[in-house]
Amino acid sequence: MESVLTPDDLQAVWLTLKLASVTTLLLLLIATPLAWWLAHSRRWYKGLMSAVVALPLVLPPTVLGFYLLLLMGPQGAVGGITKALNLGTLPFTFAGLVVGSVLFSLPFAVQPIQNAFESIGQRPLEVAATLRAGAWDRFVSVALPLARPGFLTAIILAFAHTVGEFGVVLMLGGNIPGETQVLSVAIYGHVEAMEYGAAHLLAGGMVLFSFLVLLGLYLASGKSWRVTR
Amino acid sequence: MNISVLRGRVVAVLMSFGLMSAPACAGEVRAAVASNFSAPMERIVALFQQESGHTVKVSLGSSGKFYTQIRGGAPFDVFLGADEAIPKRLEQEGLAVGGSRIVYAQGRLVLWSAQPGFVDAKGAVLYKDGYSKLAIADPRLAPYGMAAKETLEKMTVWNALQRKLVKGENITQTWQFVATENAELGFVALSQIMRDGKVTEGSYWLVPPGMHKPIRQGAVLLSGAKDQAATKAFLAFLKSEKAATVMRGFGYELP
Repeated sequence: MESVLTPDDLQAVWLTLKLASVTTLLLLLIATPLAWWLAHSRRWYKGLMSAVVALPLVLPPTVLGFYLLLLMGPQGAVGGITKALNLGTLPFTFAGLVVGSVLFSLPFAVQPIQNAFESIGQRPLEVAATLRAGAWDRFVSVALPLARPGFLTAIILAFAHTVGEFGVVLMLGGNIPGETQVLSVAIYGHVEAMEYGAAHLLAGGMVLFSFLVLLGLYLASGKSWRVTR
Repeated sequence: MNISVLRGRVVAVLMSFGLMSAPACAGEVRAAVASNFSAPMERIVALFQQESGHTVKVSLGSSGKFYTQIRGGAPFDVFLGADEAIPKRLEQEGLAVGGSRIVYAQGRLVLWSAQPGFVDAKGAVLYKDGYSKLAIADPRLAPYGMAAKETLEKMTVWNALQRKLVKGENITQTWQFVATENAELGFVALSQIMRDGKVTEGSYWLVPPGMHKPIRQGAVLLSGAKDQAATKAFLAFLKSEKAATVMRGFGYELP
């Protein structure tokens, strides 16, 4: 009886996939220009920016989640803005989780892409320029294809990291089924409530799914996984 | 965590330094304590350490988590829970010493808001639509959450309020949601908002005892206790008049 999964559990699976997908897509949009800038900039504050981007790597997720709870709440700076725009407040909403996830996984998306851009070097871009390719053209036809392994790593890491996210969601989510109750929190709740059957089932399913996704991605990218020099 | 908890902790640490020169029979008690009891535990530990010369190391958390950890061999000597069910289970499973179980306090549930004047003295605010989020502790995990659910069911609003519910993992997180005003109001333990017999901020409704099953909080001596003498002394101190006075000041009742 204990191992029967509730509809809430199935919703948790769907919600987790949704959160990971939305976060990964947003991160690609945000991380790419950021990584490009970090790879090519020679400004004095580049080091500072790199450190800021890497911050979520060392911050305990519960700390990040807690301060986001304060910041996005009605008493915080961000909360004040969202309230003024008539959007309510972000904690306890899916959108709030997306914000937390994007911040939390930012370095996992930026760093692989940045490394990929850096490893291209200036030469291919200069050559393309001599062949009269404009800046956007150079980016799309030269840089992006060469940086493909970096993008793949970024996608995998951002997706997997969000699926496994716990501390941020715990602080920010409010455990609302269908809205913010993702798999990691659902499993935790089952363990706490001593519903070990459901916990084993969900956790096992999660491990299996993650493994298959990662395996599939690595196999599918077999050819382009090696950076050709 | 509020500053008085932090201050109390610092005082307890400093006091235990002072007690290090105490007689050789000074023992150590490692206590796993349900989060709702954190504030009174602070004061009780200070008094106990002063009187007995033993030291007490306190770990706060949710009862469910402690149960899992104790089953996994966690190094605690005594468990102060938020209900009677988990201490009973520990006894039945041989993880606690038979016959050592006591009920050390009876908790009171309150509906609280950080905003003054928000919650009326009868809880009628629940029926109106003036709020978007109501925080409770997860009923599966926390007895205060279960009591909140029972209260809402008695008021016949449990189903209607599902969309507005935000569940905290334990009663402390529930309090946090309300204190940061992310939830306009919520069901917390009276001890979390009462200091020295007075509620210091916000507005509240003291839920009448008839609305839910009594929240009898049980404590038990664990089988893995290293220092049985010191731990038994602590359990005895919990039932003393000194401890009772502290607990009353935080809104607990004595069974």
